[in-house]
Amino acid sequence: MKALFGQLLLGLINGSFYALLSLGLSIIFGLLNVINFAHGALYMLGAFAAYVGLVQLGIGYWPALVLSPLVVGVLGLLIEVLLLRRLYGLDPLYGLLLTFGLTLVLEGAFQQLFGVSGNPYPMPAQLSGGADVRFMFLPWYRGWAVVVSLLVCFASWWVIERTRLGSYLRAGTENPRLLQAFGVNVPLMFTLTYAYGVALAAFAGVMAAPIYQVSPSMGSNLIMVVFAVVVIGGMGSIAGSIITGVGLGLVEGMTKYFYPELASTVVFIIMAIVLLVRPAGLFGRER
Amino acid sequence: MRTLALLLCIAASAAAAEKESKISDGVVKIGVLTDMSGYYSDIAGSGSVTAAKMAVEDFGGKMLGKPIEIISADHQNKADIASNTARKWFDEEKVDAIADLVSSSTAGAVMPVAAEKKRITLLSGPATTAFTGEKCTAYNVHYTYDNWALANGTGREVVRQGGDSWFFVTADYIFGKSLEEDTSKVVKAAGGKVLGAARHPSPGTTDFSSFLLQAQASGAKIIGLANAGLDTVSCIKQAKEFNITPKQSLAGLLVFISDVHALGLDVAKGMYLTTAFYWDLNDETRKWSKRFFERQGKMPTMVQAGVYSEIRHYLEAIKAAGTDDADAVMAKMKATPVNDFFAKNGRIGPDGLHRHEMYLAQVKSPEESKHPWDYYKILKTIPAAEAFPTVEQQNCPLVKK
Repeated sequence: MKALFGQLLLGLINGSFYALLSLGLSIIFGLLNVINFAHGALYMLGAFAAYVGLVQLGIGYWPALVLSPLVVGVLGLLIEVLLLRRLYGLDPLYGLLLTFGLTLVLEGAFQQLFGVSGNPYPMPAQLSGGADVRFMFLPWYRGWAVVVSLLVCFASWWVIERTRLGSYLRAGTENPRLLQAFGVNVPLMFTLTYAYGVALAAFAGVMAAPIYQVSPSMGSNLIMVVFAVVVIGGMGSIAGSIITGVGLGLVEGMTKYFYPELASTVVFIIMAIVLLVRPAGLFGRER
Repeated sequence: MRTLALLLCIAASAAAAEKESKISDGVVKIGVLTDMSGYYSDIAGSGSVTAAKMAVEDFGGKMLGKPIEIISADHQNKADIASNTARKWFDEEKVDAIADLVSSSTAGAVMPVAAEKKRITLLSGPATTAFTGEKCTAYNVHYTYDNWALANGTGREVVRQGGDSWFFVTADYIFGKSLEEDTSKVVKAAGGKVLGAARHPSPGTTDFSSFLLQAQASGAKIIGLANAGLDTVSCIKQAKEFNITPKQSLAGLLVFISDVHALGLDVAKGMYLTTAFYWDLNDETRKWSKRFFERQGKMPTMVQAGVYSEIRHYLEAIKAAGTDDADAVMAKMKATPVNDFFAKNGRIGPDGLHRHEMYLAQVKSPEESKHPWDYYKILKTIPAAEAFPTVEQQNCPLVKK
């Protein structure tokens, strides 16, 4: 029983990372109709921005938590304006190909620069150590990661579903032309949305840096699961991707307890079943 | 008439020179076939190519008046790419020997091709023990380390140092499982207990906490990491995060200095490991490694040091044999002990296994480390006879009993 609680807690931690990453993917797909394959690479970039900031400029973890998403967000802005914009209205496959190519270029370049073994990123001093929570040792940092991830997810959901700005976004998803006719600068909105989604990925990257090794392949290891999460939750559904992310983390945790060999596959099995029963995903709408 | 005589003279002397030199195709060409961009590019990769070039330069760049050339290619850790490249090298590029071949799948694919074409493979990096056992060939040297040596070095010595109960965290594929199995045998034979194992998918696992919690719950004194590369690095990092170390100690079964460098000492400190080479062993190793560092910007891993040493040994053997004929060179390599900065009195057996001293090391704490790359405490030098299996234990079909 003790072990099960331990695994469930770990599942919750992983789940909140899934949620943070799939949220960004979902927002981008929902509005831009672009499958952002570069999401993993941008997550990696976020972690590297924090690492380089620390090593070269002495910028610590806390400022990096804000600065790194900003820097990578600006890069996202450029990607949207210079490249992605040209592909709207075409088959989503083109966007997928472009972002996949970007991933290969970014990962290759970072491998060349930093090697494959990756680099260590120190735990912030305030959050090192942990507490004994009866059934396991909970490192403070992991607890912090869960709380912050869920807060950011909830805030994003609230902005999109409950504010005026969010209503524009949702309107843009439904009918961008009509929205533009009402005087809203839709292209700018698209650009900023992409930048925000990308910044979320970078934010997750900074959060992950002290836990994992900051390495060029860190994104591609995670991105497959995150895509599965988005598909299960329903492409473009904001709440769906958050709930599914956390939920799948928990399911994975339970699998690790009951049948560890299945742990890496269980997400994909669920995905296959969901696609059979509800092709649009658990929270998605048929288009 | 005089001109004719002169021409005849030149022709005759040219023919004589041709006869004298037994270097096929007029060049000694060594191909470094390695992982240039993947999982193993830090332990081998461009560092192996640098080491190979250094070996040729130190030898003088010429063999019996003919040039020595190094070429290299990326096998991407794929068996088919490795064997295709090897075929092309042998058939079209006049390559005499292939060195490195990090990752066992590529070495396993190239060895039979080389044997068929009577060319030599010099393995530094792959770990499969069977390459000098049931899969042995007459044209292969397994130079730096194998699973047997890793399991024995770390397994036996750690039990001797008091770490007598073990739990394994194992990469769930053939390499990890066989390493776990080999080490379990050694631990039990040395009087230790194996309490269990957790198997993780590899590659692709980034979060090892649940496997590590199982190891923690087992209460074992030693957690054996039967994995490699990024997997090992993440395990070590997360073991510290979950307060598992230093109450329980980690034993890395395949750890390279590049891994320790990537982790930082604060995280890796206290870990046991077995290595074939460490740059800071003595003046000789320091001298060579500093030269390597000047060119590569990193201290050499045991794989890279092994590549240098095996190529030097190969070139010396050609020189001594007076020919680059593979049979003659193999005989010379096996007959001559290896004596350089890498190995002292190393011997290549009839099965092709290079038996030499190995070292049991423990990673220093940041306080103990006095200068950059000062990472290991050498706890024990493991003599060649203990470090590697005997010819009989290897069961190589080439060796008549």
